Amino acid sequence: MQIDPKKCVACANCVPVCPMNAISIDATVNRAVIDYDGCVECGTCFRGMSQEHLNPTLVRAVRRLAKLFRFRFEPEPDVCPTASFVMEELSWPRIVRRVFSDPLVEHSSTGIHGRGTEEVKTNDVSDRIAVGEVGYVIEFGRPGVGVRFHEIQTMTMALADIGVTFEANNPITHLMSDEGRGIIKQDLFDEKILSAIVEIKTAIEEVPQILEIVAAVSRRIDTVVALGVSTRCDENGNDELLVPLLRDLGHSVERAKTNMGLGRITNAPVVEGAR
Amino acid sequence: MTNTLHRYGRAESFYDDYIVFAIPCKGKNDEDAVEKLKIFLGICAKHQPINLGNSSFGSYRPSSDLGPAVHWKRSLAGDERSVIDGINRTATAAAVFDSRDKAEACLRDLVEADLGLSVNVSTSVEGAKRVAADCGIQRHSVEYSLGFDDQHDHLPDKRVLGLSTMCGHGMVSANLAKKMIDMVYEGRRTPEQAAVVLARFCPCGAYNPVRARRLLDTGSGSSG
Repeated sequence: MQIDPKKCVACANCVPVCPMNAISIDATVNRAVIDYDGCVECGTCFRGMSQEHLNPTLVRAVRRLAKLFRFRFEPEPDVCPTASFVMEELSWPRIVRRVFSDPLVEHSSTGIHGRGTEEVKTNDVSDRIAVGEVGYVIEFGRPGVGVRFHEIQTMTMALADIGVTFEANNPITHLMSDEGRGIIKQDLFDEKILSAIVEIKTAIEEVPQILEIVAAVSRRIDTVVALGVSTRCDENGNDELLVPLLRDLGHSVERAKTNMGLGRITNAPVVEGAR
Repeated sequence: MTNTLHRYGRAESFYDDYIVFAIPCKGKNDEDAVEKLKIFLGICAKHQPINLGNSSFGSYRPSSDLGPAVHWKRSLAGDERSVIDGINRTATAAAVFDSRDKAEACLRDLVEADLGLSVNVSTSVEGAKRVAADCGIQRHSVEYSLGFDDQHDHLPDKRVLGLSTMCGHGMVSANLAKKMIDMVYEGRRTPEQAAVVLARFCPCGAYNPVRARRLLDTGSGSSG
């Protein structure tokens, strides 16, 4: 992401908008500037702010006049008055920042937008998680902290050590050079992204061990970790296994995404040899 | 759409936060999904949603061609129709409701419509359980949030988190949420104006401007 210095009027509206706190006003040049290493290419400044297309010279003159008389202009807080942001073309490895940070960019590995997969949201159709199995969605960097790939690898290596299998369609799994050891491609190590998700699945008996590993690794990596755990309900629509276990382990379970079971296969069957 | 799972707050603070979303399963029921998603959102629109989203934009969104008068007069209304018409690819479609009754009425119509898409409800565990029971359907699967593990004190206070985490993709920054809290506190914006500013940054349309307004109005953050 770039800011066109010819257009920027240093109004500072964009400064609090950045989820990574990577935009500031450089008082020496009186322009907004982006910390290139801190920017995760999420596009919030470019896409999230509304735009006016005012003449920068005129706006600067008005701002100087207002400043002279100590006037306080109260602009809309989510507007860039001169449409100064420019989304640049990115190349590898920096482009990975945008893929993981901008929810409007589709992951080629999953075919869906966002950082994860369909998880149990389509479990009524996919049968991904069975009764007695538990899916884990281990998320790094959100809200508002960000994460670098070497920190994610600390977690994936710890999980690989106990023999878990990573979800094949997850974008992080696709960036591993050695899936069996949880090793991520080395040229990505220092790339910073807004957030990422690692997905695994185990038998319910392994929940305490997995949660313990996640908590231990969270202490070692300099970011925030959010954890989602999922399971399939029994034939009566109840979960008599996972929630009691989570509460026994001391977790407060307040919120959930609940699949209501309305999905079914509707695509036409693929005829053998038709391809 | 894990973007609705980790909203910050106790279960009771989600009494006005019910997200109903539909998602096609790749290779299983994604044929004709665009048309079905439009029907899905059309059904949701009948039950007074407070936001709609089609994975590209929501009812509240930024504008690329504002005039200077916007600083004195700006619409706070959402635009639901364009969200429905704007679906052009297979993705998640979501509707946000500010009461269980509305979410439940919507779900009843979705059961009747039998679109074949997976439908999820994101709210408190008990809230979703009651919606399912009252609609006479059995929950299929559940994904629980175990919240954030912030070992290094990165996160802001709970008032800010209550506002910023309602865009789970992280597009609503903590600093902007803090700025809106301050602007309301100083009487420079109404809670409604500030809530809509925040909602515009959520491109999935999953942000809840009613809950945001409540959190901004009471100043009680997620506990409210």
